[in-house]
Amino acid sequence: MAEAVSVVAESLAGDRARAARNVLGQVVLPGEELLLPEQEDAEGPGSAGERPLRLNAGTRSRGRVVCGPGLRRYGDRLLVTKCGRLRHKEPGGGSGGGVYWVDSQQKRYVPVKGDHVIGIVTAKSGDIFKVDVGGSEPASLSYLAFEGATKRNRPNVQVGDLIYGQFVVANKDMEPEMVCIDSCGRASGMGVIGQDGLLFKVTLGLIRKLLAPDCEILQEVGKLYPLEIVFGMNGRIWVKAKTIQQTLILANILEACEHMTADQRKQIFSRLAEC
Amino acid sequence: MEGAMLADAKIRTESGTESGPRVSGCSLRHFACEQNLLSRPDGSASFLQGDTSVLAGVYGPAEVKVSKEIFNKATLEVILRPKIGLPGVAEKSRERLIRNTCEAVVLGTLHPRTSITVVLQVVSDAGSLLACCLNASCMALVDAGVPMRALFCGVTCALNSDGTLVLDPTAKQEKEARAVLTFALDSVERKLLMSTTKGLYSDAELQQCLAAAQAASQHVFHFYRESLQRRYSKS
Repeated sequence: MAEAVSVVAESLAGDRARAARNVLGQVVLPGEELLLPEQEDAEGPGSAGERPLRLNAGTRSRGRVVCGPGLRRYGDRLLVTKCGRLRHKEPGGGSGGGVYWVDSQQKRYVPVKGDHVIGIVTAKSGDIFKVDVGGSEPASLSYLAFEGATKRNRPNVQVGDLIYGQFVVANKDMEPEMVCIDSCGRASGMGVIGQDGLLFKVTLGLIRKLLAPDCEILQEVGKLYPLEIVFGMNGRIWVKAKTIQQTLILANILEACEHMTADQRKQIFSRLAEC
Repeated sequence: MEGAMLADAKIRTESGTESGPRVSGCSLRHFACEQNLLSRPDGSASFLQGDTSVLAGVYGPAEVKVSKEIFNKATLEVILRPKIGLPGVAEKSRERLIRNTCEAVVLGTLHPRTSITVVLQVVSDAGSLLACCLNASCMALVDAGVPMRALFCGVTCALNSDGTLVLDPTAKQEKEARAVLTFALDSVERKLLMSTTKGLYSDAELQQCLAAAQAASQHVFHFYRESLQRRYSKS
């Protein structure tokens, strides 16, 4: 019962809004309030009471703060709505502001504009396909949204096919809409995913971890066997190697590496490289 | 075994009630919680309070039936399954209480025309079942990443015939009690979200129970924080 002593102190501290800067990388819970750097100064002990009226306050050099997933504006503060680690990205130029978000381990995908996802075609109706992406409703995909598709030259898409595409419309009030071409009309990797291979689901956090630019897991995996792999931001991974055995090994490694430390991963990879 | 656990919780509570009005005989049973233990639901949690245990699974924001669709917010559904037999009137009433509590904290407007379903399975009932259900559903909602305004917890108080107050009573204590009161409290302002009572009590006793529940809620929220921090420490 050593923790009993700290009960009161922490629960009292939990009530007060904490400075966002101080909790970066820490676990935040829904309902917590966060203070942004400029509010910290304003509410510091020195400037208690009335603040002097500032002329041209609008032109003050303050960075723009963007609330990412898991955070909401609440008056002039940030309100946490999801549990996870608080992250921050500095803006390109200047200090202050930037993007704040909560990195949570959830399984359910909510469509976001611009995300690349793997979907399963569930229905063909007239000139659109319905694609299941794991969200709350199926996304629509026009048959013209493929590279080289015209009214006469329809793409060969069957019900049950896997589609790698991108969201062009995704908001909470409208049906999400996917395309398999970029703004220049090129496929750039998108389209129907070929035969064979294995599709499996992982948490959204793992996908973000694997797609991070400095992720060593993917480089290690690439050294094991030659492979084809597709990551969907909706938590789906499609992988294909030369044999079924290799495909299954790769799928198992990727699933397992979520809850492993860097050392454990190294051990696994060195053991696999031997056999 | 249980005696030892009760004693443990008693020490913890007594050293921690400085901020709230002190109530004699105030003790919570031992808590335990495990998150993300089921693979199919989007979020899951099992919550233990003494020998009472509830398993919760959350699905959402998921597809919704057209008949249940609400155009400007998410449809919240709570299903409570008893340990044996089919759900009856008591379960339906509890479902409603839990749903109303969840609706107060879940930010349903962020996911309109979707459904958020909480399925609760009673594993064992040894008193304070509703409070345990509330705690399990809160942890499962957090695990599923459903946006919430605050956390919430349930606390049950029992008033004995001689006026003494027992927090988090066992089934035996509940049966002997003159009145049993269950409160749901939020984590931000520690305000009342839901209350349900059974039995006879006076105005002053209600206030006393509420104050005791508010003091006890701090321990529950502290436990939430610890268990979530442990979960995120792995990655």
